[in-house]
Amino acid sequence: MTDLTKLTMAEARDGLAKKTFTALELTDAFITAIEKANPALNAYVLQTPEHARVQAKDSDKRIAAGSARPLEGLPIGNKDLFCTRGIRTTACSNILGEFHPTYESTVGQNLWDAGAVMLGKLNNDEFAMGSSNETSAFGNVVSPWRRKGKDGKLSTDKLVPGGSSGGSSAAVAAGLCLAATATDTGGSIRQPAALTGTVGIKPTYGRCSRWGIVAFASSLDQAGPIGKTVRDAAIMLKAMASHDLKDTTSVDAPVPDYEAVLGKGVKGLRVGIPREYRVEGMSPEIQKLWDDGIAWLKSAGATIHDISLPHTKYALPAYYIVAPAECSSNLARYDGVRYGLRVNGDNLIDTYENTRHQGFGKEVRRRILIGTYVLSAGYYDAYYLKAQKVRTLIKRDFDEAWNKVDVVLTPTTPSPAFAFGEKTGDPLAMYLEDIFTVTVNMAGLPGMSVPGGLSSEGTPLGLQLIGKPFDEETLFRTAQVIEDAAGRLSVPDAWWMKG
Amino acid sequence: MQVDEATVRRIARLARIKISDAEAKGLEKELSGILDWVAQLDEVDTSNVEPMTRVVAQKLKMRDDVVTDGEIAEQIVANAPLAEDNFFVVPKVVE
Repeated sequence: MTDLTKLTMAEARDGLAKKTFTALELTDAFITAIEKANPALNAYVLQTPEHARVQAKDSDKRIAAGSARPLEGLPIGNKDLFCTRGIRTTACSNILGEFHPTYESTVGQNLWDAGAVMLGKLNNDEFAMGSSNETSAFGNVVSPWRRKGKDGKLSTDKLVPGGSSGGSSAAVAAGLCLAATATDTGGSIRQPAALTGTVGIKPTYGRCSRWGIVAFASSLDQAGPIGKTVRDAAIMLKAMASHDLKDTTSVDAPVPDYEAVLGKGVKGLRVGIPREYRVEGMSPEIQKLWDDGIAWLKSAGATIHDISLPHTKYALPAYYIVAPAECSSNLARYDGVRYGLRVNGDNLIDTYENTRHQGFGKEVRRRILIGTYVLSAGYYDAYYLKAQKVRTLIKRDFDEAWNKVDVVLTPTTPSPAFAFGEKTGDPLAMYLEDIFTVTVNMAGLPGMSVPGGLSSEGTPLGLQLIGKPFDEETLFRTAQVIEDAAGRLSVPDAWWMKG
Repeated sequence: MQVDEATVRRIARLARIKISDAEAKGLEKELSGILDWVAQLDEVDTSNVEPMTRVVAQKLKMRDDVVTDGEIAEQIVANAPLAEDNFFVVPKVVE
């Protein structure tokens, strides 16, 4: 029998429909793989095999009865930022302790209602704050990818899977789920997808409900999927997206069938190349990746246009005002009283301060303090208001670009995957990981990362597509052209299965 | 923007996070560095620009003013570190 964990979501769906295997067999294959791989990769912070088998058995009944739903019996991983009813949810922070939500996130509920099977909760940077998964209270996630040395042999150095959705990207790349949920506030879906050779899409702000997702920066947070292929990401997003009365920022618009547009091609599509993304010191291999992407789209019939997004360089500093400000407000709820950790002190204030000192990790504390500073009396106008005005200008840049082009193509990250500790010494060095992705969140646009090739070290590189609001369909059909040209990237050696 | 130790302590108090002396020293440098870096926004002329309030233009949604939830006190305190009779228990705050 073929290794079921190697299938794409679309292939698994076909296999179940043809009754080549059962949902329970498929689920068991993943449970076995996770048990074996997780000590090496640490992608899952909680495995839920019993829960998964119950769901899979139910799926098998429905398949037998001819009443299969769109994702019937397909096993996925769920980022630990999504609340799961009765199942521990921590945002990978000590402050949430043994939090067992009494409700399910809307995105999660949509997936379960579509028949998906949950294998467990996936690791992430604490409260999704990080670009390498090094801030998780459960420890680092290790990328299944390894660098190739000059002698052609794989190095044993551990690489980061990107972040904050590092558990999601590593699990998908290593075949520990068919696809995974993820969230993106400044690049947390697209950057890990790029570093692991997977496909990730952050839809337009409002496309997916934020209800039941642990909040980081509410005006920027958006859920989306990471999958092995463009088609798998399309299958997932269709199921995740919905209008939700419980999130007033969710949009009341029909969710298109993204799979239906995948074969449409890009003939006549106008692709914008923003000159401001040619940053100083860009490595030749990132430049080549970008040129390859341009060539592929051109030969598929698209037209290429130079465009200018003049406020690009201000997106990252503005983000590091807006995101910490909103984080400091959102994380005020962790007070040691209502849920999670409590570290007692001499009085109530002392209890708050002890709890928050011990419960939050270093990066989270740093961001809360920055946010508290920029929102404190006398500074609001100079920082938060200024940043929100810059945000208007960033969005205006894109609005003008949409008069000339239909989609924008850029690299996803400024460099390939790095090793642990390489960027932890200096917060600013880590923040620069998001330089190409963060503008998209600031403007609320949809953005997608699709594998474009390998670096000189044999590790994956991603191309980013940016679209008009609610035009995810153009991203999907353009990404399909890139995937067809670049080929799918798969990890050369499953070293993590060898114990 | 130079952030001094007194400011770090004031901010930490506002944020209700205890910090040690060693941490306060480190944070002085880190916060100053980040604030210096975001100061490049001063280059941008925003004098006639409205601050962004929504990324996607949308009418504020309205719903009928009716009760949609409730009678779940037990669920609400279910995750409290300390609860009694559906009340959260905190250290004494009134003498």
